[in-house]
Amino acid sequence: MNESSSDRPKIAVIDYQAGNLRSVEKALVRTGADALVTSNPSAIESCDGIVFPGQGACDSSMINLKNRSLDKLILQLIAAKKPFMGVCLGLQLLLETSEEGEEKCLGLIAGTVKRFPEGKKIPHMGWNEVNIKSDHPVLATLPNNSHFYFVHSYYADPTDKNIIAATTKYGVEFCSAVAFQNVVAVQFHPEKSGDIGLEIYKNFVEFTKASMGTSSQ
Amino acid sequence: MLTKRIIPCLDVDNGRVVKGVGFINLRDAGDPSELAKFYDREGADELIFLDITASSDNRDTMVEVVKEVSEEVFIPLTVGGGIRQVSDVRKMLEAGADKVSLNTAALGDPNLVKESARFFGSQCIVVAIDAKRISDPSNSDSYHNASVNETLKSDGNTIWEVYTHGGRQPTGVDVIKWSREVAELGAGEILLTSMDTDGHESGYDLELLQLVSTSVSIPVIASGGAGNLEHLRQAIEVGRADAVLAASIFHFGTFSISQAKEYLLDRNIPIRPMR
Repeated sequence: MNESSSDRPKIAVIDYQAGNLRSVEKALVRTGADALVTSNPSAIESCDGIVFPGQGACDSSMINLKNRSLDKLILQLIAAKKPFMGVCLGLQLLLETSEEGEEKCLGLIAGTVKRFPEGKKIPHMGWNEVNIKSDHPVLATLPNNSHFYFVHSYYADPTDKNIIAATTKYGVEFCSAVAFQNVVAVQFHPEKSGDIGLEIYKNFVEFTKASMGTSSQ
Repeated sequence: MLTKRIIPCLDVDNGRVVKGVGFINLRDAGDPSELAKFYDREGADELIFLDITASSDNRDTMVEVVKEVSEEVFIPLTVGGGIRQVSDVRKMLEAGADKVSLNTAALGDPNLVKESARFFGSQCIVVAIDAKRISDPSNSDSYHNASVNETLKSDGNTIWEVYTHGGRQPTGVDVIKWSREVAELGAGEILLTSMDTDGHESGYDLELLQLVSTSVSIPVIASGGAGNLEHLRQAIEVGRADAVLAASIFHFGTFSISQAKEYLLDRNIPIRPMR
């Protein structure tokens, strides 16, 4: 499984005690990367790409990130053009604030995280269609309106609508992915969405590889 | 549109699937990973593994099962049976489960639901409720369970009572009240089994389903009674279930998951299509 072939990029899965990281790790390994689940800043820094996963509550997750000094590191590495993929809470925490908690989030993306309006079952749980509007290489190969697995009660609402890469309908039409430059973040769980989900990981691994070729590393 | 989920349930005893898919040519029909892969290919939207191992000494075999399956299959995986405390929940999630189902232990200590949801998030906490119709409502308080909160107890309006310990023990608790309570405590989903219809293959208890599903704002999985594909449709359209669980119709090959999906799609029910 862990062939130490040099063309496998090393991808960090940021561990800050926020949910099931095993599937993320296995999905990366399956799609051609060496995955490193870690909370160690220098280990994260040494990787070619970063997956920022997450489930659970916003406040405790932000506190866990801060306690490990990972909040600033994440922003630094994104600014340094490291390929970055956020998943679920890993998308929401990129915004400024969340209706779920009091803590300030990372603030990379202007906007807030909102709770679904009353009237629908919450959490939004199950397979729903994703309408892709982006030609970002991590998302571009996916057939439009493919189904992905979601489980969340809040959704990201970025101020700049141009970064919205996909939308999904659940009572409201919400942002289910953002993509710009080296950053992709999705509200659904590609590691729980069968083959089509693995395709996203494969694309991210390829995207990471491509950036290794062009960056100064 | 959010689709309705079809979920096969697999019983695991000492690390082996019992009643596993017997009709197809699997190398080993008792191997949890083989079966999980089979159902994934078939189009299952999630999988539930229920540990029915009698001895608690052998519970760690389930952790190994979860580890193996989660390496092979990339769809949501729920694990239930024998989860007693927060550390058990953590163990299963770390092994690769996406959700953990609590039943007997939740009734014994409702705080377990609250604590688990607080630590790990509501999205991974399922409460399984085994419901049985009360034949004589006036007699419903004959079961005395001192640990149960007074407000949850059966009363003159109670139709269904919660049973625990694999359906062996009545609790004196009203199913609707308990459903609302677990949603309040932070459960992300309810797995609702009718003990009256379970195993009869004559359809789900639609009245029970509808009442629970409209009493709570979290998703409800229907369980117990599926004998044909029309039963699945009824559970969704009449019972208002968000997901349907079935065991025997899939394990014995009566119907395949893809047939079930086709049947429901033909009747305009939102279903994730096969690729």
